Amino acid sequence: MPVMEILHFTEEHQSFRRRLRQFCETEVIPHVDQWEADHLVPKSVWRKMGRAGFLCPAVAPEYGGMGGDFLYSLIVAEEISRTAHTGLAANLHSDVVVPYIASFGSEALKRRYLPGCVSGDIVTAVAMTEPDAGSDLAGMKTTAVEEGDTVVINGAKTFISNGVIGDLVVLAAIDPAQENRHQAVSLYLVEDGTPGFKKGRQLEKMGWHSQDTAELFFTNCRIPVENRLGQKGGGFLMLMEELQQERLACVMGAVTAAERIVEYTTDFCRRTEVDGKPLSRSQAVQFALVEMSAEVRIGRTFMETLIFDHMDKKNIVVDVSMAKYWCTDATNRIASRALDLLGEYGLMEACPMVRAFRDTRVMSIFAGTNEIMKGIAAKFMGL
Amino acid sequence: MVELNRSQREIQKAARDFARGEFDKELAMALEDRGDFPEKVWKKAGDLGFLCTHFPESVGGGGLGLFESVLVAEAFCRQDASIGSALTLSGFAAEGLLRFGDDTLKERFLPAVAEGRSASAGAFSEPGLAAQWSALRTEARLEGGQWVINGRKSNVINGGRAGFYIVLCRTEPEGASMILVEDDREGLDVRACGRKLGTNLTPMADLRFTDVRVPDTHLVGKAGQGLAQLEQCLNDARILAAAQAVGVAAGAFDRTLAYVKEREAFGRKLAVFEITRHKIADMAAATEAARVMVYHAARQGGAGHGGILPAAAKLTACRAALAVTDEAVQLFGGYGYMKEQEVERFFREAKAIALLLGGETALKRKISDDLIGRLK
Repeated sequence: MPVMEILHFTEEHQSFRRRLRQFCETEVIPHVDQWEADHLVPKSVWRKMGRAGFLCPAVAPEYGGMGGDFLYSLIVAEEISRTAHTGLAANLHSDVVVPYIASFGSEALKRRYLPGCVSGDIVTAVAMTEPDAGSDLAGMKTTAVEEGDTVVINGAKTFISNGVIGDLVVLAAIDPAQENRHQAVSLYLVEDGTPGFKKGRQLEKMGWHSQDTAELFFTNCRIPVENRLGQKGGGFLMLMEELQQERLACVMGAVTAAERIVEYTTDFCRRTEVDGKPLSRSQAVQFALVEMSAEVRIGRTFMETLIFDHMDKKNIVVDVSMAKYWCTDATNRIASRALDLLGEYGLMEACPMVRAFRDTRVMSIFAGTNEIMKGIAAKFMGL
Repeated sequence: MVELNRSQREIQKAARDFARGEFDKELAMALEDRGDFPEKVWKKAGDLGFLCTHFPESVGGGGLGLFESVLVAEAFCRQDASIGSALTLSGFAAEGLLRFGDDTLKERFLPAVAEGRSASAGAFSEPGLAAQWSALRTEARLEGGQWVINGRKSNVINGGRAGFYIVLCRTEPEGASMILVEDDREGLDVRACGRKLGTNLTPMADLRFTDVRVPDTHLVGKAGQGLAQLEQCLNDARILAAAQAVGVAAGAFDRTLAYVKEREAFGRKLAVFEITRHKIADMAAATEAARVMVYHAARQGGAGHGGILPAAAKLTACRAALAVTDEAVQLFGGYGYMKEQEVERFFREAKAIALLLGGETALKRKISDDLIGRLK
């Protein structure tokens, strides 16, 4: 492990980590295989996790949170990565979706929703992606027409994580009357059960089997105009502001997943004998493990530097775009090489690395594909 | 070098037409979900002569070369990676019997494989065994005109579905031999390995032999020559696996090419973006390179002079298939990760084919041993 500390963890952080690890060992890990088979994590687990104080650590105490810094989010990512599944997507809820409410919600919205987000009674989802506009946010077609006190929403969203169990959706939609696409987007909070809001079927995926991904449909769905986050037409800027943290969360997911893969594979190669000697005594295996470990360390150093700058409120758009592409690609490379080292055991679903291989493959696609990341970096580098 | 003669073009076209007519996405997805073998399609393929195209007509085959079998495997996997793989692997290890078995054994067991009535299997690998064959533990001894077999075999392709197994056994005085064991022999215990990353239409099992008895006439080839026979038999299997990989790559490429010309992002077709075009170019180049190499290996290896080519072709073609299917998933974006789009399945099949029948480590060991020899 690196000698120089980039991030400084206090005793409070360490105690939080110990309690969370204990929670995962009793409440999460024993159930993961069942959730993967069920294609769902029960909401009761979200509530348990919230009650125990592990959701939305950044939310201010007046709304039920602990007002913690971003290191708590890193700890959650690290500990959840040890559970070898993706369904209990605490970082998505705490660090990607809820910040829209905390940063841009009115006082009334914050009082109404944040305590539930912290306690786990409200599971959130963010609905940006559309069937005909994947990573292209400016191409979205879902409309929100404000008529006095009411907003009328029409359109469809897809690939929405927590789409089935979600209680509250942060929805991006455009005002069809606004010509300038970048000034047309607004964000709204839509509660599950609102007439005109329908959840589609759960989508079947290569991995993330315990995570519920769904399409969402809005047909003359009416919500009160108070449920708009921030100014009308300010959605694009809000997204731009929060996407930095979302992409950083992806980096955290990728780096921690890769760390677990290298850990498992190294351990497997030490204890598995082939032709009478441990795999780890083979020179080719040794070199492969060294290369994989090096990639993981490069990723971790990059990630910690960006977390430091992010906590320092710096604009790191270029670097975080690069990190998202590099770290997720590296994780895919590492997951693939791990299977090569495991031999035919690396073919069996009984081998946890097979799930890791399937789960990590989406990381270079979601939250803006890696091609989008390179485009953003190029643009902000002035190329 | 990759030019096909008239009869080869006809076989290729017939295989493509058959696959287009008989394979479909919904069927493949349902079979994969349940881990079921494509029984009906397999029987039809057998009736029409698409299985074991390179077996002589006297044992139910097509009387053609390994090259023709490669064309069929490629065409099948291109249409559907999972169904194509299952059909190609259904005759796995029958080569051992074909090349080395005596006429009585061949006539008794091979026609069923070629006609799609029975699958075959090779029970070679054992837990913890990669190359040190002197440590082979499954043992066969002669007792009153019978082989008595004891031991364990792991990850046997078609295990549980095969009508017979070609079992690699340690035999006296020194060396290994191939012995044919029918699936219903007493003392043979078959345990399914369960779900896999890919090739889920092909079952896999661990076998346990407890005093399994077969007549001494079930010896395949010569006693003590099992390892040399295995190498030749694996060479055929490697070339066919490489052909599967080429088909999987080509299938993913076809779908991606159509998708990028259709799908829009930022108000333009994906195919308009320079990066997309370059990715497509890379995918096409990798697929073509793999195809040329596999065709070359099939022509050389089919004549029994493969050298390093069969292993090198599998290594190269599987890498190409993984790179191409990986890029396919990426270009499809979120849809690429969804089961509804076939590229995610092609991607998993590509990795599974790479891991089956010797992955990177085993292939590189084989190639370097051939080139350098085993030095102390």
